[in-house]
Amino acid sequence: MTSDKAMAAHPAIALAHIDKRFGPVHANKDISLEVEKGTIHGIVGENGAGKSTLMSILFGFYQADSGDIQVDGKPTRIASPTDAIKAGIGMVHQHFMLVGKFTVLENIMLGAEGGFLLNSGRAKVRRELERLEKDYGLTVDPDALIDDLAVGLQQRVEILKALYRGAEVLILDEPTGVLTPSEAEHLFRILRQLKDQGKTIVLITHKLKEIMAITDRVSVMRRGEMVATLPTRETSPEQLAELMVGRRVLLRVVKAERQPERIVLEVKNLVVKDSAGTVKVNGVSFAVRAGEIVGIAGVAGNGQSELLEAITGIRPPFSGEILLNGTPLPCDAALARAQKLAHVPEDRHRLGIVTSFDACENVILGYHGDEIYQRGIFQDRRAIVADTEKKMQDFDVRPQDPHLRLGLFSGGNQQKIVLAREIEQDPDLLIVGQPTRGVDVGAIEFIHRRLIAMRDRGKAVLLVSVELDEIRGLADRVLVMCGGNITGECAPETSEKQIGLMMAGAAA
Amino acid sequence: MSGPSRELPRWVDIGLIPFVNLSAAFLVTGLVFLAIGESPVDSVIIMLNGAFGYGTGLGYTLFYTTNFIFTGLAFAVAFHAGLFNIGAEGQAYLGGLGVALVCLSLGFLPMVIIIPLAIIAAALFGAAWAFIPAYLQAKRGSHVVITTIMFNFIASALMIYLLVNVLSPKGSMNPETRTFDPNAHLPLIHDVLAGLGMAVARSPLNLSFIWALVCAVAVWLLLWHTTLGYQLRVLGANPSAAAYAGMKPQRLIVIAMMISGGLAGFLALNEIMGASNRLLLQFTAGYGFVGIAVALMGRSHPFGIVLSALLFGALYQGGADLSFEKPTITRDMIVVVQGLIILFAGALEHMFRPQIARFFASSWFKAKEA
Repeated sequence: MTSDKAMAAHPAIALAHIDKRFGPVHANKDISLEVEKGTIHGIVGENGAGKSTLMSILFGFYQADSGDIQVDGKPTRIASPTDAIKAGIGMVHQHFMLVGKFTVLENIMLGAEGGFLLNSGRAKVRRELERLEKDYGLTVDPDALIDDLAVGLQQRVEILKALYRGAEVLILDEPTGVLTPSEAEHLFRILRQLKDQGKTIVLITHKLKEIMAITDRVSVMRRGEMVATLPTRETSPEQLAELMVGRRVLLRVVKAERQPERIVLEVKNLVVKDSAGTVKVNGVSFAVRAGEIVGIAGVAGNGQSELLEAITGIRPPFSGEILLNGTPLPCDAALARAQKLAHVPEDRHRLGIVTSFDACENVILGYHGDEIYQRGIFQDRRAIVADTEKKMQDFDVRPQDPHLRLGLFSGGNQQKIVLAREIEQDPDLLIVGQPTRGVDVGAIEFIHRRLIAMRDRGKAVLLVSVELDEIRGLADRVLVMCGGNITGECAPETSEKQIGLMMAGAAA
Repeated sequence: MSGPSRELPRWVDIGLIPFVNLSAAFLVTGLVFLAIGESPVDSVIIMLNGAFGYGTGLGYTLFYTTNFIFTGLAFAVAFHAGLFNIGAEGQAYLGGLGVALVCLSLGFLPMVIIIPLAIIAAALFGAAWAFIPAYLQAKRGSHVVITTIMFNFIASALMIYLLVNVLSPKGSMNPETRTFDPNAHLPLIHDVLAGLGMAVARSPLNLSFIWALVCAVAVWLLLWHTTLGYQLRVLGANPSAAAYAGMKPQRLIVIAMMISGGLAGFLALNEIMGASNRLLLQFTAGYGFVGIAVALMGRSHPFGIVLSALLFGALYQGGADLSFEKPTITRDMIVVVQGLIILFAGALEHMFRPQIARFFASSWFKAKEA
């Protein structure tokens, strides 16, 4: 680092020449990184760039093949998360590691119970929690059950857990993925406060806006290499995107004006319950016209998934009506497809693909009964492979190998295969959930352009996404869902703050 | 990074790893033999000779192999659809009832008519016995593992009742039917070959061996070359994706189980119509259960199942000869050997995998970089 930093204390974390291979994959190539004490350091990069591997090495999940780690100036061997915690490193995972049926207090005690009997440990945690609350303004009811807490509060418990274990360096992996804009804002306030108290924060994210808003320095990774470390003040989202992808990327979606036409999808008073019988969609009505993209914004888990499942025939609605081109849509995914409804599911891995199957076997999923794939009583393998090759070419799927197992494709390419499968059926209505979840920046641009092209061809598109930027960039009209209700409708130009309020349930 | 790539070359996956697992099983077997004071080398020679060394031995090996192919395929079809059919034993037992009813009542018909009828009856009765657990799984969510096991017991009780009270000839004290008319005996391979001018040793090996191979090919075609098979595999690999794709899981569950039960029923063709020529108590003799191991070892692929069925067939026949020649090695010892193979090739299937994967990852990588 520069010379004026030399007089400051040692960097909180110094990684030197970290190298890690997983078989043929070179995940981290000779990576060096210094994170200064008392700063917020962002790490950005596409999926598969090696961010998570690097952090997993720092937190002791993996061992580097070569390279050294220094924590606070001292060479440290981190062979397990326990070592990392001992060295004062804490991690808040993207998927929380909490026991839902335990209280906040019990979760914080996990792994630090302090002896055979719980009582003394419990008292100690309670004292410590009060202190942390005072110091950082991290308020949580210690006796609340985790399951009863909102996602933002659960995240706070994760942070408390790390702090309780004496973390001086806090690693956060995609922390805002599950938060509303205001919850995210709150999290950032906490992070700044932690920074002011001298803690060091490493923030892994793919949202460039967050990097710009909160970090002091930012490191960019690409294909296992550290390509740049810059002071955030001196960079821009465009520059970061270019560094991440290695070429210029259009961050803003370009789309022409288009007049919506006839109604394609009409949903009237739809009520959907989940398998436990809880009402998840509470009397929702809306319409989607040909030539428009309607976006449904909302924090994950507010009924969007159930709404999509009901429309696409996977989950029977409790009551209400769904009309496609004026005719009632039966609750049968196969019949819905026959009525020209295509569906790119939210949770690609759970619904949209079979990772253990070849790419070509995934290209016929849902359309496996189509005549073009049959020859007599058998499947026409040759036709299926030819069709797959064509779709892979049209959607620039790489590698272009119809016989490769789908699990071996990157997230972006898997998604392209799903999109190719659904869009090439030339449906009247395309339902898309989280089209760019786990997809790299380069592919995001491509996917967005394809969705706009669908709209421009006069198709109706219903888009559900938790990425507000995506909704605002793509949609012609935005509906906001909260608690199973549509809490507002607005133009995509509406300010993020206002949409955020609707996402939190406040009336528009 | 999403994590280490676990992809191995195909031949390693389906060739080398099973071979290493088997070697480990035989190594431990050798140690057990040493421990009871027998020479492992001698024992292997006796077993190999017993299984393949002379005509009758080979005939018996293939006869047992036939049983294992049927039950292995039965397990594999359900397994591909994500169902654990533990009930091949009972389904085969009921298949025997179907075969016996055809052979007893229609024995006057010419053989070319009886054989297809018996095949249909075996499949129908086996499938029917699988239908009830399948229906309960599909509609009520009762787990097939539990219900099929229970149906094995019910099948056993039912057959005892039928054989003692209904099917045994008047005045007979034996719980078995009368011997079928000669028209209703499946031709033995040595008779068929003798008719073609080839003399081979006598054994119970019969035409159902050919039928078993036909079934293996049919299962392969079904699973990998038909839309139905595709649907079954999607259901097994990712049930949510099956629902997303508009498949009908409930129907597929029933279909998969019925195909599975039908295949299990064919066991009776070999044992009842081919060998004993009458319906006996407990003729299934555990073949249904060993079929699970056969299928798992054969990686639920018809080709692998034929190979692992041959291994188990050889073990049965060679083991019988071994226990005959060496009084210290009882029939139970053969069960131990079988158990070791199941342990290493089934339960501990992944024991050597990480080492092998690491080896191949490194050498692969070197080759790529060079």
